[in-house]
Amino acid sequence: MSDRIEVLKTYKTYVGGNFPRTESGRYYKVYDGDDNILANACQCSRKDLRDAVVAARNAQKGWNNRSAYNRGQILYRIAEMLETRKAQFVEELETIGYKTKKAKAEVEASIDRLIYYAGWSDKYQQVFGTINPVSSSHFNFSMPEPMGVVNVWAPEERPLLGLVSVMAPVIVGGNTCVILASEKYPLSAISFAEVLNSSDVPGGVVNILTGFKNELLEHMTTHKDVNAFFYTDPDIEQGKRKQIDENATLNLKRVRRKPVEDWLSEEAQSPYYITDFQETKTTWHPVGL
Amino acid sequence: MSEDSKQAEAVEEKPYKPTSPSSKLNFDGFWEYDDAPQSADHVEYKDQYDLFIDGEFVAPEKGRYFDSLNPATEEKLTSFAEATQQDIDKAVQAARKAFNKSWSTLEAKERGKYIFRIARLIQERAREFAILESMDGGKPIRESRDVDVPLAAAHFFYYAGWADKLDYAFPGKKAEPLGVAGQIIPWNFPLLMLAWKIAPALATGNTVVLKPAETTSLTALKFAELCKDAGLPDGVVNIVTGAGQTGSAIVNHDDIDKIAFTGSTEVGKIIKKSLAGTDKRYTLELGGKGPNIIFEDAPLDQAVEGVINAIFFNQGHVCCAGSRLFVQEGVADTVIQKLRDRMETLIVGDPLDKNTDVGAINSEQQYNKINEYLEIGVNEGAEMYQSSCQIPETGYFCRPTLFTNVGQSNRIVQEEIFGPVLTIQTFRTAEEGIKKANNTPYGLAGGVWTDKGSKIFKTGSEIRNGVVWSNTFNKFDPTSPFGGYKESGEGREGGLQGLYPYVKLQ
Amino acid sequence: MKISEITKTVPIDEVGVEERVARLNSRSIKKESKVQALKLALSMIDLTTLEGMDTPGKVIQLCQKAKEPHVALPDLPTVAAVCVYPNMVPVAKKALRGTDINIASVATAFPSGMSTLDAKLEETQQVVEDGADEVDMVISRGEFLKGNYSYVYDEIVAVKEACGDAHLKVILETGELQTYENVRKASDLAMHAGADFIKTSTGKVKPAATQPVTLVMLEAIRDYFYDTGRKVGMKPAGGIRKAKQAIQYLVLVKETLGADWLTPEYFRFGASSLTNDLLMQIVKQQTGVYQGVEYFSND
Repeated sequence: MSDRIEVLKTYKTYVGGNFPRTESGRYYKVYDGDDNILANACQCSRKDLRDAVVAARNAQKGWNNRSAYNRGQILYRIAEMLETRKAQFVEELETIGYKTKKAKAEVEASIDRLIYYAGWSDKYQQVFGTINPVSSSHFNFSMPEPMGVVNVWAPEERPLLGLVSVMAPVIVGGNTCVILASEKYPLSAISFAEVLNSSDVPGGVVNILTGFKNELLEHMTTHKDVNAFFYTDPDIEQGKRKQIDENATLNLKRVRRKPVEDWLSEEAQSPYYITDFQETKTTWHPVGL
Repeated sequence: MSEDSKQAEAVEEKPYKPTSPSSKLNFDGFWEYDDAPQSADHVEYKDQYDLFIDGEFVAPEKGRYFDSLNPATEEKLTSFAEATQQDIDKAVQAARKAFNKSWSTLEAKERGKYIFRIARLIQERAREFAILESMDGGKPIRESRDVDVPLAAAHFFYYAGWADKLDYAFPGKKAEPLGVAGQIIPWNFPLLMLAWKIAPALATGNTVVLKPAETTSLTALKFAELCKDAGLPDGVVNIVTGAGQTGSAIVNHDDIDKIAFTGSTEVGKIIKKSLAGTDKRYTLELGGKGPNIIFEDAPLDQAVEGVINAIFFNQGHVCCAGSRLFVQEGVADTVIQKLRDRMETLIVGDPLDKNTDVGAINSEQQYNKINEYLEIGVNEGAEMYQSSCQIPETGYFCRPTLFTNVGQSNRIVQEEIFGPVLTIQTFRTAEEGIKKANNTPYGLAGGVWTDKGSKIFKTGSEIRNGVVWSNTFNKFDPTSPFGGYKESGEGREGGLQGLYPYVKLQ
Repeated sequence: MKISEITKTVPIDEVGVEERVARLNSRSIKKESKVQALKLALSMIDLTTLEGMDTPGKVIQLCQKAKEPHVALPDLPTVAAVCVYPNMVPVAKKALRGTDINIASVATAFPSGMSTLDAKLEETQQVVEDGADEVDMVISRGEFLKGNYSYVYDEIVAVKEACGDAHLKVILETGELQTYENVRKASDLAMHAGADFIKTSTGKVKPAATQPVTLVMLEAIRDYFYDTGRKVGMKPAGGIRKAKQAIQYLVLVKETLGADWLTPEYFRFGASSLTNDLLMQIVKQQTGVYQGVEYFSND
């Protein structure tokens, strides 16, 4: 063992392409598998959420205006970056009690999931868009378009794969998002933000906060400049689920719940995850000289 | 152009006969059209209608009925049963039984054949449906005859064909029906909205309990008769009449799997809230405040006609009405002049007259609401212009109206009026036009008028609406998905996309 | 106004035009308003014969029909004008002496217009001298289609001048112009050059008059009126054979330009067989009995 003092990482948040601390100055302790303190994580406040939504909103139009090809390339780039830092993420998962094999499987699945959605970037519109043979002299087509800004609760389990699985289908379709990381295991999410930051993902497309779901639920689901709310929690209490739905009525926020049990399984990825965060826009135009 | 440019010098204007730049066209007087009433002699309807449950017309448990007026005469047309909780329970039971016993076990292609049959029966009885629709709801016979009823038939025809082809609709997935669908429809397109709801539900193998609007239930009950004629298995379609309480009994019923609602954003939110925490699926088609953007390079005469269709179609009782007009400043005066002249030729009156363009406001309540907004507009300092047409003394009629000198902050610009009332604002740049168009919580439909293709695509992609009508407006087709962004609703109806709300994907 | 301003493209959407016409066609004209329309249409007819085999005999008989459309109904209005080839103007003049019926003559190398300007002007002066009250000229479509708008404009100005007091109707031959935008442009050009009427067709090219083309021209007339206050007349010609069609045209006029144009002074039908169908419908309205063609004189 070396005498060198290790330089510890400060885990901050990821908002608008920067790594700010929570404005509240609050933190909570994150533990490893054996109840030893691993790090302090930011306990984000509603104001952090507010700032993150602003960043996401500002980035949305530009992100959507990127070509599908370009968005695909950027998702692929994230995968590449993650691949090069595989060891770091495996190690990080090990600190929270993952066996090496399981940790490796999760990181690899995360990389593969990114590539899966990268490949969809320029295809889902082909598969889910339609040309509609209306009976008047009009050309009519329907295309999926991003909803806009999506607030996301990352799954509690599978801190990396879960995060990637909820993020990728949202952003590949031109949405931007604010993700609240797994409360219990937030560290992989912040490390993943470093991957995002080095992957040509424009600032604000993905914003990652850490903190308490209960505390942020109200503002994440009522915020009127947010178009959709996405969560997965299979075991959510009925009362909370109801609260989410009720809050969403305020601006008719679309609520999507995917109670996935196994993030490694096939049910955890499909183009329908992309279309869940798309609106269909139908355009008519006369056909004539 | 080369020869032209050689001769580009000014050509001397000929002296003309009397000239005045404010020349007025005269649409009065000479050659007025005589009345052209649609004969309603062969159309029959009962004095009183029961509920249609499990293939039979049955009296409501509590025995209560309410009157339905003809809004053009303010006279009683018929009366409908008020369905209460027990009736809804019966209807849902019937629908559940039909779902389990007959409808879900029927071969898909046979299911389709029933729906085809319905389509054909509507076509056969089209005139009757059109007349009843106009009598009950006040819409001009020209529209019920040329739009509502043919489109309703077309909708059934379109979805009938999907019944045995669902495997092709959802790549990689198998579509299963949800079960019993509770459907609540508005009074502006009674039969057409019924078709939008029932056709995809049946095609995907669901059974339905449908509640028409309390002021316009007649064609739904006629449709119930038609279901019997078509031999549709009992309980597959159940029609229950009543007002908000009846609707709420449907929304909150435990054994309903899916709610489809068309109506106001206000009620839509109440429904969404009622469904909170449940596994019920839902689609909402709600209000709108549709922008209609005219650029200076637009085909102006067609644009003006488009504006007329956008706001005066069905008395403006259209959720996707183009009620906010944005005109680029260079052509604003021209467009307004043309609009006013065009408005002078609109005929307001008897819904059953074949020449009527704008019929009766659907109900006294709605009539009062529109008039309140007219007052609000004037009080807000907007300039009101109404066509000078004659309107009948009895019945609920409203002159086609436009407001100029309005801004984004005016209530008449922000709130859905659901009447023949247009606000006109100007803009200077495309960016400004789009920004104003999007500056609303609504996002149902909008129009863009320009001769430039690339501008159509750019503007169309930037306006946050589920439907973009470019160089046209208020067009509907069964193959074409319809539905809103933002607070105008969730989900789509029509087209392949319209199947999705009625299936679970395995 | 510069030619380039006059001929600035006015965007027109074909589907929109046709939808507007379809909507106007859904007007239901019944009872008295129908009789009124039938008589009005009759009074707006330019009763026309333009055949290579026209003879004085044919023209004289046509003029007779113009004067007395239906013996059984002496109170009917007469047609507005009789329209003939230049060499038949003196024949028509003589035959119509003492009536209010105008004589219209085609001119300017009708129907093709493929002649020199001098020849066209000479022909125009000749027909006016011979007694034509109205001159129906054709525009040079070749020059128009190749973009030589000033040629077309100057030609109309010159012919107008040659007309003197005679009214000038300018035939656009819309069937050769193909697009509504061209029709609009030619209408604007003709009106600015001084046309008293703009007219769709020679009747020698298919399609001749159509309602969508007529609507586009009526809208051009309206915009010109908005700008200048001058009223220009409209004449659809060719292919209008049935009373029902004629009424549909009148609806187009009424709802685009208003009542002031519902007069022979500003609206004409270039037609021949339309006359008898109008007469049959008038008699049907009066008697309630469907009529047969052999009960109406066929000149």
